[in-house]
Amino acid sequence: MTDLSPPATPGRYSWSRIKEHPSLVIGGGMVLLIVLMAVFAPVIAPHDPLAQNITARTIPPVWYENGSWEHILGTDQLGRDYLSRLIYGARVSLFIGFAAVSIAGVIGTVLGLLGGYFGGRIDSFVTFVTTIRLSLPVILVALAVVAVFGGSITIVVIVLGLLKWDRFAVVIRATTAQIARLDYIRSAQAAGASTFYILTREVLPNLTPQLIVIATIEIASAILMEAALSFLGLGVQPPTPSWGLMISEAKAYMFFSFWLIAIPGLALATLVFAINMAGDGLRDLISPDRRG
Amino acid sequence: MLIYLSKRLGLSVLVALFASILAFSLLRLQGNAASALAGEGARPEDIALIIQTYGLDRPLVVQYLSWLGDVLQGDFGTSYFFRSPVADLILAKVGNTVILALASLSIALCLAIPLGVLAAVYSGTWIDRICVLISLMGQALPSFFLALCLIMVFAIKLRWLPASGDASWRHFVLPALTLGYYITPPFMRLVRAGMIDALGNDYVRTARAKGLPGYRVVTKHALRNALVPVVGLVAVQLGLLIGGSVVIESIFALDGLGYLAYQSIGYRDFPVLQAVVLLLAVVYVVLVLLADLVNAWIDPRLRVS
Repeated sequence: MTDLSPPATPGRYSWSRIKEHPSLVIGGGMVLLIVLMAVFAPVIAPHDPLAQNITARTIPPVWYENGSWEHILGTDQLGRDYLSRLIYGARVSLFIGFAAVSIAGVIGTVLGLLGGYFGGRIDSFVTFVTTIRLSLPVILVALAVVAVFGGSITIVVIVLGLLKWDRFAVVIRATTAQIARLDYIRSAQAAGASTFYILTREVLPNLTPQLIVIATIEIASAILMEAALSFLGLGVQPPTPSWGLMISEAKAYMFFSFWLIAIPGLALATLVFAINMAGDGLRDLISPDRRG
Repeated sequence: MLIYLSKRLGLSVLVALFASILAFSLLRLQGNAASALAGEGARPEDIALIIQTYGLDRPLVVQYLSWLGDVLQGDFGTSYFFRSPVADLILAKVGNTVILALASLSIALCLAIPLGVLAAVYSGTWIDRICVLISLMGQALPSFFLALCLIMVFAIKLRWLPASGDASWRHFVLPALTLGYYITPPFMRLVRAGMIDALGNDYVRTARAKGLPGYRVVTKHALRNALVPVVGLVAVQLGLLIGGSVVIESIFALDGLGYLAYQSIGYRDFPVLQAVVLLLAVVYVVLVLLADLVNAWIDPRLRVS
């Protein structure tokens, strides 16, 4: 593994570097496609995802004998176009994933920065709060809160955001503790920079790689959790097209129309797979030394 | 060691205490427990009666302290819905959940250790890539979707295994397979990373230089060391499994703690839900404490911090 030729470009995250990580290119490309699909859902979707048609219920997808190009992925038990619901469902998954992880990322990063930088009592407190959070069964607590407040996209985002910050806190705390001991932080302190300035301008930018990697893992996990909550009936409520909810609604028709659960199930798996793959690639790109 | 032990123990008790406060207050956030309990269309007199019976008009702190006092004496209250002591309910169901958790853990380890070792020994080759792909797919498949697929194939099409219930060991096969596959990836990654680390060590080189056959170097010298961190992960995952089986138990109608908790959420059965959340938190804390102690016993350097 001794590559003596100098890199073509000096930039660390240039396209030629990214190209060397096929999992980042493939995974990232897939994620990008799904994001574009979600953003342009009104343009792409052939039908209204909420429009019911009692005369056209559970029409199978086009590759079945009695499928038609009118409904490429068929229709569900209420006669709604499945492809349109699938396309709009990507919006729900991606929005909840990004929004919940943004909240969680802020909480976890602030806690981790404070604990790692100051150490001592503040650090003990951060560790303590993190341990309490880890001891709570996430799915159960999320289910209970949604049951009390009623299910909606907002509630799911808030609940997942308030629960999923632990990995951010743990990793950011450890990394900040390492960085805080470095000379350039000492010199910033000696130069009289305020603690806020040091944390936001000197420490935080150096945590970006870690933050991106954890965020991808957590977005994938939040998307799966939203799907599980909606599947159990305690997440996004009908008629909103959420992939987890689509599987739940079609459960009773599973025997005769298996594609009704297979299509949203595979869509979820593809999205999460793509995000995780991109995350793996990013990790390799950012810290090639840790590649095993 | 004694100081370390008492410190860790005290911390665990504190964590459990805070978890109990959270478990308690979580369900009172909205405040109208009584009207939720009475259901829609309840008369004001009914609600007043419920408030009086369950003491819901007392200050929250008083309610919490009296609940905690009872819990410490082993009394978790009476289920609103099942009309029987919560402790009895939990005792009746915890067995199923523990069986499920242990079965899925065994399946996960049986999959993860060979795959992780293979991926490490053939690191960088197509075997490694296939193993990593399997792990990525395990992480991506939603557990409830996998469960429905397994039901479709093995219960409906082939009629080999029952789709729901907990009457015999055959009822545990599909849920355990689902959960086991679901938790395999983290173990596989850890075994793979640990093995790659161990295989690069001098003692492995020495063993190879001695002329030991390759499989003995891998199993006896490297794998042993790679498995040390797996002990900690087993503790954490076992705690998560006991809590995370809510979804799977509900799908397979497997009458364990998770299914009980899911039902109690639907019925607004707060005493049961509080008890399950608290119990799971305590189980997690105890398992992590045990793992820490085992690690401290193995590696004396950890005892200082």
